[in-house]
Amino acid sequence: MSQSEISEAQHARETWRVSRKRRSTLTAIVSTLAFAVVAWLLLVNTPGWSRVQTSFFDWDTAVKAFPRVLDGLWLNLRVLAFASISVLVVALLLALATTLRNPVLTPIRLFAKGYIDLFRGTPLIITLYLVGFGIPGLRIEGLGRIAPEILGTIALTLTYSAYVAEVFRAGIESIHPSQRLAARSLGLSYSQSVRLVVLPQAVRKVVPPLMNDFVALQKDVGLISVLGAVDAVRGAQIEVAHFANFTPYILAGLFFVLLAIPTVRLTDWLAARMAKREQMGTVL
Amino acid sequence: MTQIDWSKPRLLAKNIRKNFDERQVLKGVDLEVYPGQIVALIGSSGSGKSTMLRCLNLVEELSDGQIWLDGDEISRPGINEDEVRANIGLVFQSYNLFAHLSILENVKLALTVVQKKSDKEATEIALGWLDRIGLADKANQYPDKLSGGQQQRTAIVRAVALNPKLLLLDEVTSALDPELSGEVLELIRDLKVGGTTIVMATHELSFAREVADWVIFLDQGVIAEEGEAAEFFAHPKNARTKEFLTRVI
Repeated sequence: MSQSEISEAQHARETWRVSRKRRSTLTAIVSTLAFAVVAWLLLVNTPGWSRVQTSFFDWDTAVKAFPRVLDGLWLNLRVLAFASISVLVVALLLALATTLRNPVLTPIRLFAKGYIDLFRGTPLIITLYLVGFGIPGLRIEGLGRIAPEILGTIALTLTYSAYVAEVFRAGIESIHPSQRLAARSLGLSYSQSVRLVVLPQAVRKVVPPLMNDFVALQKDVGLISVLGAVDAVRGAQIEVAHFANFTPYILAGLFFVLLAIPTVRLTDWLAARMAKREQMGTVL
Repeated sequence: MTQIDWSKPRLLAKNIRKNFDERQVLKGVDLEVYPGQIVALIGSSGSGKSTMLRCLNLVEELSDGQIWLDGDEISRPGINEDEVRANIGLVFQSYNLFAHLSILENVKLALTVVQKKSDKEATEIALGWLDRIGLADKANQYPDKLSGGQQQRTAIVRAVALNPKLLLLDEVTSALDPELSGEVLELIRDLKVGGTTIVMATHELSFAREVADWVIFLDQGVIAEEGEAAEFFAHPKNARTKEFLTRVI
């Protein structure tokens, strides 16, 4: 029988499948529209809606605030670039340090563990204050005045590298011990087996959770504004004060959302691709 | 067929004991293996076969006993265990190929990292071995794209390429169907012809009878009976051995 000829039974099955699919798409559209209309009606019928609309969603203010907020966003992007690279490097070193076994290196291992405990537990805003106002407060000779965005980058690195180190460690622990056993039985040393066999597999496994932390970092770069760096949030704040209108905040928020969407989609795509590789075809 | 060199043992193990907490898995096992010899360890699951092999490769710490490789005690305190392991190959039931490396890179890894061979030389050796098992055209494939038999043959070749003094095979065909285990057994026959010294734990009794020179029956952590393969299978003396052989065959 050729490929194009199908049996009566298969024909009936396919017709049924197509009709089911059409029906479920239609239901989804109607349900979404109904939900949106209800939500919109509820919002516009609140007593203060017209006031909120003028103070948060004012088009003219948005247009006027646009250049300064966008300019600030450029600073956020630069901080994000530097912070994410330094977070990866520091976190990887920390995760490796926690796997050390040589007794001479015990202080390094203990330091890494203490560092992770400390900065994973400290709220980012407190680390920001401590670094942002503490380091300049030391009045170290020859250091001069350090720009707030640099201090912010340092604080972000301190906090996020502790998180990301734990992600790397989870990845290292997820690699089955038989891989290390095989490496050791071939004569590789402990550190060679970690570096050449365990780590490369671990890093691949933790890409989706790493991307997740990257999305979180994308938003948190906005916190450097508390140190006085004129980023998107601070820029918006200035415009808010100028126009006595909150719309610039909404504008800055939108910028951050636009920044996050590609990363979020990329994360989903990577995770889906890895899941597909691992379960080979099943859709359950 | 190569001759066995009886002048001095390749491996000598005396009174090997291994406890996991309170449980005694090995209760004093002796073993002598001569260059070119193939020794088969048989026995039911849990009899201590795998533990014995792991002790010999030093991936398991001994609870008592001593081991010599070519007259050199490898169980002495302070020995460089990584160096010893590089001289004693161990192959597992579950292959354990490195998932992030192609099969060529799998075979090359210890050649370059442990034996410090140049990349060119390691590639030559590795490709030579892959060619011998008919997988040279798949050299750049990753393990998950290969059949179980192909993976296991690669795992054996990964160990043999280091030219170890002794090769330990831990039930290398147990995860394979008869056709695929046939490929693996073929490779072991091939290694025997090449003079590789092998200790193998196995459930394939007919293969043990065919290829092994010496057979050891482990039962509850001790050697219940051992002997030359033909004699061992034809005339088992111990009651436990007879029971095991009738149960399995």
